[in-house]
Amino acid sequence: MSTRRIVGPFNRVEGDLEVTLDIDAGRVVAAYVNSPLYRGFEQILQGKLPADALVLVPRICGICSVAQSAAAALALADAAGIVPPPNGRHAANLTLAAENLADHLTHFYLFFMPDFAREEYKSRRWYHGAAERFRATVGSAPNEVLPARARFMQSMGLLAGKWPHTLAVQAGGSTRPLQSSEVFRLHRILREFRGFLERTTFGAPLEEFAALTGRAQLDAWRDQAQEGDLRRFLAIADDLGLWGLGRGTERYMSYGCYALDEGRLFAPGVWHEGRRLALDVGAIAEDTAHSWYAATGRPQHPAEGGTLPVADKEGAYSWCKSPRLGGQVVETGALARQAVAGHPLVRDILADGGGSVAARVVARLLEITLVLPQMEAWLDRIVPGEPWCITAQPADETAGVGLIEAARGSLGHWLTVRRGRIHNYQIIAPTTWNFSPRDAAGQPGALEQALAGLAASADGQLPAAIHHVVRSFDPCMVCTVH
Amino acid sequence: MKLLWLQSGGCGGCTLSWLGSEQGSLFRLLADEGIDILWHPSLSEACLDDARELIARCADGREPVDVLCIEGSLLRGPRGSGGFHRFGGGAKPMIDWVKQIAGRAKHVVAIGSCSAWGGITAAGINPTDACGLQYDGEAAGGLLGPEFRDSAGLPVINVAGCPPHPDWITETLAMLAHGSLRAEHLDDFGRPRFYADQLVHHGCPRNEYYEFKASAEKHSDQGCLMEQLGCKGTQAHADCNQRLWNGEGSCLRGGYACIRCTEPGFEEPGHAFESTPKVAGIPIGLPADMPKAWFIALAALSKSATPARVRENATADHQLRAPSVKRSKK
Repeated sequence: MSTRRIVGPFNRVEGDLEVTLDIDAGRVVAAYVNSPLYRGFEQILQGKLPADALVLVPRICGICSVAQSAAAALALADAAGIVPPPNGRHAANLTLAAENLADHLTHFYLFFMPDFAREEYKSRRWYHGAAERFRATVGSAPNEVLPARARFMQSMGLLAGKWPHTLAVQAGGSTRPLQSSEVFRLHRILREFRGFLERTTFGAPLEEFAALTGRAQLDAWRDQAQEGDLRRFLAIADDLGLWGLGRGTERYMSYGCYALDEGRLFAPGVWHEGRRLALDVGAIAEDTAHSWYAATGRPQHPAEGGTLPVADKEGAYSWCKSPRLGGQVVETGALARQAVAGHPLVRDILADGGGSVAARVVARLLEITLVLPQMEAWLDRIVPGEPWCITAQPADETAGVGLIEAARGSLGHWLTVRRGRIHNYQIIAPTTWNFSPRDAAGQPGALEQALAGLAASADGQLPAAIHHVVRSFDPCMVCTVH
Repeated sequence: MKLLWLQSGGCGGCTLSWLGSEQGSLFRLLADEGIDILWHPSLSEACLDDARELIARCADGREPVDVLCIEGSLLRGPRGSGGFHRFGGGAKPMIDWVKQIAGRAKHVVAIGSCSAWGGITAAGINPTDACGLQYDGEAAGGLLGPEFRDSAGLPVINVAGCPPHPDWITETLAMLAHGSLRAEHLDDFGRPRFYADQLVHHGCPRNEYYEFKASAEKHSDQGCLMEQLGCKGTQAHADCNQRLWNGEGSCLRGGYACIRCTEPGFEEPGHAFESTPKVAGIPIGLPADMPKAWFIALAALSKSATPARVRENATADHQLRAPSVKRSKK
């Protein structure tokens, strides 16, 4: 006979999260993930002018704000059949990359690492150092990171006016033409951020870490020096077995991101059982069997989907819908993105022990080392005086799709325009995928799977391991339900 | 000063904006000003039962709260139940927690336009019946009602903005910590006057274009954004172009319109956000305190007086003509 516990609020997850755990003999036998906040953006957007989506959608989320703007801009560009000029594309890539890297940093230092300062770990040999370094708000690390992060976010002042919530990201490119002295100031910001990361986070040149090709090399890299917060994490991860904790669905999806002359820097696709498969966007469908929305008969593709809240629906337990790819649960995020894109370290990690808390964290930090050098290169390609933005109106009857990668995974916007107004606007956010409730077939979502089997007591304090697993996905709950 | 921060129907962007504070480490600054965070959903270590226990103590008065900060709209739906947002781990709607703690806290601060007026969450059909703490759009009322006053006689302090500038939040909290914030420091909408007694227009780098009504015609043009592209900087109360965002930014410096995000009702302008509504060619929204007849007369005069340099640069994304260089006649 299992005991049911409703636990919440999980904080440091960007938004609201509650989990129901069925616990038997000291183990989680089933987990039910609930998003307890509904705001109704998809209802708010109906009837609006298409371009007004650029004001509304970034305000879905304060931490994925530019990603939401970028997805909307792509959907509007798709609907209008336009492509921004090269400067506009470089600016869009730089703006999205700045947000994604800042988010990775925020997650590591402010949301994830503070859990190692918990009393529970007092007897560990690394505890004293970790508590001094990573404790929430008072640790030395968060107090070093905030000024460095704020300096890096000055790139947003130059590229986007402000962050969060910009209107610089448009379907036709960027509203912000940069001149040569602004390009130079951006260059200085990127150089300073690189310096901070190499000194504080990695204790090594970014390219050195980016070049690692497997778990064995990663272990050797960790042992060759003492510097850097990543090495501190790796030592903790070994001691606590975080490489074997929080295994998910082992099916990974990425829409790909950062548009280049040809294709995207990180390619789209699906990674499953050691093989890369093509992504069939047409196979995406949202199930609402266990979500507080009007029943739709069968799961619907987001281009046809709807959102009608029903607060007292039988059997429902979350405001989150259950997106599925060809009926399958997939995991999305930096780990998925780098597995699909083919980074050898990530693929070796997955082949070695599968997805885990440590794998997700390492993939996120690896991505910082891959993207910052790209930002430096994109900045070099900006040509002041060349065009930044083109104008185009979507037709009165049209549709568009915007697929992008936010820091925490795949973000999609599906737009339909009728008589010049938004007829339907459906959004599937990264954490909608990762933290979905069960579907009609009873398949648990990715986090629900990752929590099953973990140690937990029926009454006392929940083990920190549960917190590590939850936060390893870098959830963004405000995006999840929107 | 003990500060409790709760989030409801918003995006968390006010907190993220705040974390961009450029006065050294925000955490050290707060400690230095005597501000002690009891709990913040994005920043604190405590969660689950520990957090719920703390909130319960704040609600029944066992834990004194000097400042209650609320980020995000208050969601009254569906049908008045507050069920669109429960505080995780229990059945009680967030609006009930907020009402209880607001009744005991020494001061109540709305962080951002959602908790001030309803904001973006109240846009469109307002599916969740969202409102602010003491306003529902422009109308006094909201969750706590028009008569609400804290123990010091202050209404809810509205640090409005979508998001607010990090320093608007910090400076307001520091004033409260120092005991120096009084009713006369708030404007008619309860906003701190240190930023709300300015207009976004003040310090706009496009001012020369504004003077001559040399207007941008499309995104990325350098000209004034008021005539065509929906800019409301001449009416919006905030010091965005004096204080600057993320180093040297602001909406106008970013090349796009001020949408007056510090004002109640900004989420429903009644026209496309990035296009200026006009009657007979005259923008409907005139600059603050400007008589219409004078605006029309001045606009006509300044348009005819526009130097070619200003006119040409206004519709380009880089400078086509530099200001001429004059030598003294010696």
